[in-house]
Amino acid sequence: MKRALPIVERELRKFIRTPALLVMVLIMPVLNLVVLGNAFGGRVRHLNVAIVDEDGGPAARRVREAMLSLQMNGDVVRSITYDNERDAARDVRDGVVQGAVILPPGFSRRVYTGEQPRAGLLLDNTDAVVAGTLQGVLNGAVQQAARSAPTTRYIRAVGLDPVELFPFVPYMRYMLPGVISLGMFMTVMIGGGMSYLDDKQRGVHEGYLVTPITKFELVLGQNLAGTIKATISGIMVTVLGALVAGVYDIFQPMRFLALILLVIFVSFAFMSMMSCLVARMNNPMLPRALFGILNTLLYFPSGAIYPTQSLPTWLRWITYVDPFTYAVHGLRVLLLKGAAVRVVLPDVFFLALFAAVMFAGSVKLFRRTL
Amino acid sequence: MSEPAIRIEHAVKQYGAVTAVNDVSFDVGTGETLGLLGPNGAGKSTLIRMLTTLVPITSGRIVLHGDDVTLNPDRARLSIGVIPQAMTSDTDLSIEENLSIYAKLYGVSREQRRKVIPELLELVNLADRRTSLVGTLSGGMRRRVEIARGLVHSPLILVLDEPTTGLDPVSRVDVWEMLTRIKRERQLTILVTTHYMDEADRLCDRIAIVDKGRLVALDTPRALKSSVPGASSIEAQFGDEPADWEPQLRALAGTLTVQALGGDSWRIVTDDAGTTTMALAELALGAKVAIRSLAVTSTSLDDVFVYYTGHGLKDSLAAAAA
Ligand SMILES: Nc1ncnc2c1ncn2[C@@H]1O[C@H](COP(=O)(O)OP(=O)(O)OP(=O)(O)O)[C@@H](O)[C@H]1O
Ligand SMILES: [Mg+2]
Repeated sequence: MKRALPIVERELRKFIRTPALLVMVLIMPVLNLVVLGNAFGGRVRHLNVAIVDEDGGPAARRVREAMLSLQMNGDVVRSITYDNERDAARDVRDGVVQGAVILPPGFSRRVYTGEQPRAGLLLDNTDAVVAGTLQGVLNGAVQQAARSAPTTRYIRAVGLDPVELFPFVPYMRYMLPGVISLGMFMTVMIGGGMSYLDDKQRGVHEGYLVTPITKFELVLGQNLAGTIKATISGIMVTVLGALVAGVYDIFQPMRFLALILLVIFVSFAFMSMMSCLVARMNNPMLPRALFGILNTLLYFPSGAIYPTQSLPTWLRWITYVDPFTYAVHGLRVLLLKGAAVRVVLPDVFFLALFAAVMFAGSVKLFRRTL
Repeated sequence: MSEPAIRIEHAVKQYGAVTAVNDVSFDVGTGETLGLLGPNGAGKSTLIRMLTTLVPITSGRIVLHGDDVTLNPDRARLSIGVIPQAMTSDTDLSIEENLSIYAKLYGVSREQRRKVIPELLELVNLADRRTSLVGTLSGGMRRRVEIARGLVHSPLILVLDEPTTGLDPVSRVDVWEMLTRIKRERQLTILVTTHYMDEADRLCDRIAIVDKGRLVALDTPRALKSSVPGASSIEAQFGDEPADWEPQLRALAGTLTVQALGGDSWRIVTDDAGTTTMALAELALGAKVAIRSLAVTSTSLDDVFVYYTGHGLKDSLAAAAA
């Protein structure tokens, strides 16, 4: 057992001496968070919308005023007046405007009489995000205009009033757990997988194997070292990411402790998986190629960037056995919900089991001879 | 006599259809330095890997101070220090850190480490550089770090695979002087492979020549040289030699073989260089043939190598470089 320690010592000394690796491992996830978080999570703005007023009545005017106020407040939409529906439709199709609101003749009258007033909305549905945003804001504008009619005989449609259990979660925060996991995974990939094979190539293993170290001690040492490295980077990305994404309440002692514990389990699960994968490999180029594959195979179906509920059944099978899933779920619970630690216990249990199986596998696969 | 430090009995290593080591047997006595010579692919590294427990032995056995490397690998590992062919010390760690980590891998106690590491640094002349990062050292210094690393657990046997390959001439001399000193001070048994004949000649008590996995010769450098027919060779270049010059050369006293090297140069192998040289001078004077140059060389290990393996080591070196 004790011969595992010099292996850990060597790995960690080298890790500390190469701050470039640590910086890389930190920068990548945080960059991911900032760029992707803003690219996907930001609200779409500056949308050009054609407005065709075939009604000319007071209700129609209120709709146009509501749209103008959307322009004043945050510049979400910019309305451009069109004479007829045909031109508006053509420009939506050509991409000159992103949508068109058609207020048909009799719109105002119907609002007053409460005869189900209808307005048309032409959308370019090839862009789901823009179309979705427009539908949302314009629906609001039209509803508002209709509602504030002086004599409200208009019967409000049955509304579903959502109750949000947690504070508003911008996309950047939604991504944070995935990004932390990715940071740990990268550390394990570089500091566990690639460095293992580089050492093997350079003959460092030959040096180990002529000493009386056992197979178990060697694998244990490598796994411990990788777990420690990934834990260090995991905690650093957690803190940095939480600051960037504006999750300031992770520093409550109990919560932070729970986070650290979870990070340790995730690191061990990732490291043992890596060690199992590279145990029999010899070519140092392989893990570099493997990174892309594993990233796609494990990161995307884990719920890190998109809810797993959206996945087809066959993909969900990957989700079930993917350590990323449990890492992301556990981190999300602790970071965003501030929920009780017991909620993450199933995640921790899975990760521990996964790590144990992978560790046993890598001891089995590892060869004590060249 | 007590049992040898290294006993190799009918060692065979088979890689699929390739027999890398084919029924090799020899002993290395305690305190002896044995050089292992052979062209590329002869099986030197394979033999060393079997001896250092890195690859399983196909058949036969290797015993180190009474410990069979297959039956008792951990005890065998403790009795050998290995300096592998590739430089594997960590460049971003200091000399001391490199040694200390290896000492721990061998289970050397803390007190022992405190004593041994400074001693070793002294031995390899690196005491003043102990905190330097290995990456900042010259090739020769790095090799010395590796030698010290191989000695951290005070082994009885030191095994080195091509310790000077890739070093510049100054560093080479440096390393071999170091080895000579270690050998003198520590009574170590040393097994070393090399491509440099001059070094093997100077340092080794005995030399084993392997070729295509087989042991083809094993003796002291001196005995090996005298086992090659012809103690010396004379290389001479003449001016206007007559057409029947070759039979005249063959007739010289002591001559064994005569070989035309082209460009009026000839090589005469003789077992009595003095007599043959005198006779050659008289012959040339009598025949009015000018001697443009004349060189007498005694048999070197190179000749021994060519004699036993059928090709020059330099050829195989060139092949390896290509
Ligand atoms: N792992 C292996 N698998 C298959 N064949 C091998 C393996 N290792 C060595 N060999 C073969 O065994 C033979 C002996 O190789 P070895 O490395 O022992 O030669 P060597 O004498 O050390 O040569 P060099 O001077 O080039 O270091 C070669 O033919 C080589 O191709
Ligand atoms: Mg070799």
